Amino acid sequence: MKRKHVLAITSVIGAVLAGCATYDAPTREETLQVVKSSFRDRGIAKVERLNQSDTQVACSQAALTGKELPKDVAARLEKQALATIKQPADGVYLGDFKRGERIAQTGVGLQWSDTDQTVAGGNCYACHELASQELAFGNIGPSLKGYGKLRGNSKEVMTYTWAKLWNSHATNACSQMPRYGDANILTTEQLKDVMALLLDPKSPVNQ
Amino acid sequence: MKVNIQTALAGSALALSCAAAQAQNSTSDAIARYRELLQDGNPAELVVARGEALWKEKRGPKKVSLEQCDLGLGPGVVKGAYAQLPRYFADTNKVMDYESRVVHCMVTLQGFDMAAVTKNPFSGTGQRQTDIEALVAYVVEQSRGVPVKISQVHSLEKDAYERGKQLFYMRAGPYDFSCASCHGVTGQRIRLQDLPNIANVKEDAERAFTTWPAYRVSQGTLRSMQWRLNDCFRQARWPEPVFGSPATVDLITFLGVNANGAKMDSPSIKR
Repeated sequence: MKRKHVLAITSVIGAVLAGCATYDAPTREETLQVVKSSFRDRGIAKVERLNQSDTQVACSQAALTGKELPKDVAARLEKQALATIKQPADGVYLGDFKRGERIAQTGVGLQWSDTDQTVAGGNCYACHELASQELAFGNIGPSLKGYGKLRGNSKEVMTYTWAKLWNSHATNACSQMPRYGDANILTTEQLKDVMALLLDPKSPVNQ
Repeated sequence: MKVNIQTALAGSALALSCAAAQAQNSTSDAIARYRELLQDGNPAELVVARGEALWKEKRGPKKVSLEQCDLGLGPGVVKGAYAQLPRYFADTNKVMDYESRVVHCMVTLQGFDMAAVTKNPFSGTGQRQTDIEALVAYVVEQSRGVPVKISQVHSLEKDAYERGKQLFYMRAGPYDFSCASCHGVTGQRIRLQDLPNIANVKEDAERAFTTWPAYRVSQGTLRSMQWRLNDCFRQARWPEPVFGSPATVDLITFLGVNANGAKMDSPSIKR
C-alpha cells in the first residue's frame, strides 16, 4: 500500500517536471522539411542539392553536437569515399602548372550566378597558401607552399595527392575541402593542372 | 617625377618583401581606417532618408502609409523595433524578421501584391535601391544604439532558434558547405577576408548581427540581412533561399539570439 503511494507521487512529480521543464526542439526531419520548403531552384542550383549524402548527414550532426564521429562511422565513411576515387586512366598525373595556377585563383562554378557552361575554378587560394608571391590567401586549409619540394613526386605522393583532390573525405571523413573529382567540380585535365601546380619542380609553389 | 616613381617602386618592393601576415594585417588595418573615415559620411544616409519618405507616403491600392505597421512594439512604433526582430506575431501566428514583416504590412495595409513586392527584393550593383531596401535602411537606423533583444519566450520563437542552429551546421550541396564551414572556427580567413566565428564567439556574433544591414562600398549599395544570407548561400553552392522564408527567419533568429545584449550599429559601412 505504502509503496503504491510512493509510486503515485513519483509519477505525479515526473509529470509536473515534464510539463514544466521540457521543451521538445524540432527534430532533424522537421527542420529538413522547413528548410527544403524555404529554398527554390535558381539556374543550375536546384533544390535537390539539399538531399544530403550519408557523409553530409553524419558530419552535420557531429558539428551540431560538437562531438567527433564515432571511430567506426568515420572508418565506414572514409572507406566509402576511397571507393569513389578514379586515378587517371593514362597514368599521367602532371599537367600544366601555369593553367593550374589560374584554376587555383578562380572561384566561379556551380553557383546560381554561373551556368553549366562556366568552367569552374578550384579557388584553392581561398583556403590555402600556395605560390609565395600570392599574399591574398586564406587559412581554412593548411599551407601548401613548397608542397612538392617537401615531398618529391614519387608515385605514392602523386596517388595520395590525386586522392586528396578527388575526394578528401577518404582520409578525413568530415574534411571541409570540396570533392573536386567526385562532385564533378573540376575535370580530370584540370585536376592534372592543379597537380602540376603542387608537384612540378618548376611550379611557383615549389620555388 | 622620376624620383617619385623610384620611391614608389622601392616602396612596393619593400611591401612585397614583407611577410604575408604583415600584408594581411596592414590590409585589415587599412580597411578599418577606410571605414572610420567613411563613417561620418555613410552613403546609407541617403537611403535612410528615402526610406523614411516611403514609410510615410500614402502608397499602394489602398493609398495608406506604413505608419500603422506593427513591427512588434505596437502599430506605428519604429524606434527600437528592429532590435527585437525576428519575433512571434499573433496576427500571423508566425515568427517574422523585419523584412518579411514589412512585406506583410505592405500587403495587408497598403494592398500591394505579395508576389510583385518580393519578386526583386535586392538591387543590382549600381542600381537604385529597391523599396524594401530603403524601408530596411530607415527602420534599422531607428534602432541604432538600441540593445538587441530577440525574444525566446514563445515556443515558435524557440523552434525558430533551434531550427536555425541546425541549419547553421547543415552540410549540403556539391561543395558540402554549411554556414559553419566558414563561420565556426576562430581566426579563419577566405583570402584576406576575416570570417566571424558566429556560432562560438559572442563578440563575433554580436558584430555580425549589429552591423547588418550595411552599405557595401564595393557594390555601391545598401544590403539587408536577407541579402546577406542569400549571397552566402549562393557562394555555398546551395539553391536560393526564398525571400523571407521560414528557414531564413530561423537563421536570423539564431544569429540574433547569439547577439542579444549588443547594441545595434546599422546601417554600417562595409568593404
